[in-house]
Amino acid sequence: MLKEFVLLFLIVFAGTGGELCVTRAMKKIGEVKDFRPAALLRTIIRVLGVGWMWLGVALMAVAFFSLLGMLSLENVSFVVPVTALNYVAGALGGKFFLGERVMGRRWAGVALVCIGVTCVFFSRR
Amino acid sequence: MVHVDDPHNSKRHSGRHFKTYFLILLVVIFSPLGNVLLSTGMKEVGPMTFHTASEFFGVFAQVFTSAAIWLGIASLFAYFISYMLVLSWADYSYVQPATAMGYVIVALLGHFVLHETVTPLRWIGISLIFLGVLVVGHTPPRTTEHS
Repeated sequence: MLKEFVLLFLIVFAGTGGELCVTRAMKKIGEVKDFRPAALLRTIIRVLGVGWMWLGVALMAVAFFSLLGMLSLENVSFVVPVTALNYVAGALGGKFFLGERVMGRRWAGVALVCIGVTCVFFSRR
Repeated sequence: MVHVDDPHNSKRHSGRHFKTYFLILLVVIFSPLGNVLLSTGMKEVGPMTFHTASEFFGVFAQVFTSAAIWLGIASLFAYFISYMLVLSWADYSYVQPATAMGYVIVALLGHFVLHETVTPLRWIGISLIFLGVLVVGHTPPRTTEHS
């Protein structure tokens, strides 16, 4: 059980941390308007020059291997829903790290997700 | 209804909404598919244990020679690219919960494809997560102006 908690912690915090860094990098690049392959390739190359992207990818890699570890222990219908805890970390991170205005309604949605995750957690065999 | 901050530019906003929804659709398809494939692969590998270095490399080799794992990685890569693109204009706290639709799909796939036992409590939990997603979906995609 301890192993599962450690893995869940890594999936949620490294995963959300990684996504926040990636978002910061993408906002630096600016809105992607041209979806032709060559333009997309240029965007990807430009993204690779942003430090936040590398940190984000590294954190997401940690989260990915933790996810593999968790999937080797538990059912996917358990693992994926409990990782929805990302929402709490994500809303907090969006607010405090990216300066997004997280409104009452979004908080209500996040709260529902939290209750749902709790149910899934207690549904463990 | 969607609140538009910039009334003289509503056409551009509706285009942005279409673009946002399309990429979110890709995210919603590739993320659960990837997770189910990874799960299939990891169930073949068995529980990860790292007591010795050779055990660690043994598991590592098994993981990266599994076709299901590679397909899962390809699917998650497609998810990641779509996700990154949508994050270049939409708020993170908007996109992230929207992608939770994938959590419902993953449970359905787990139940019907992998024959996992999904208890009623788990379905309730997943429904609440889904409901949370819908609530969050009714907020504007961007709350910050050009960074």
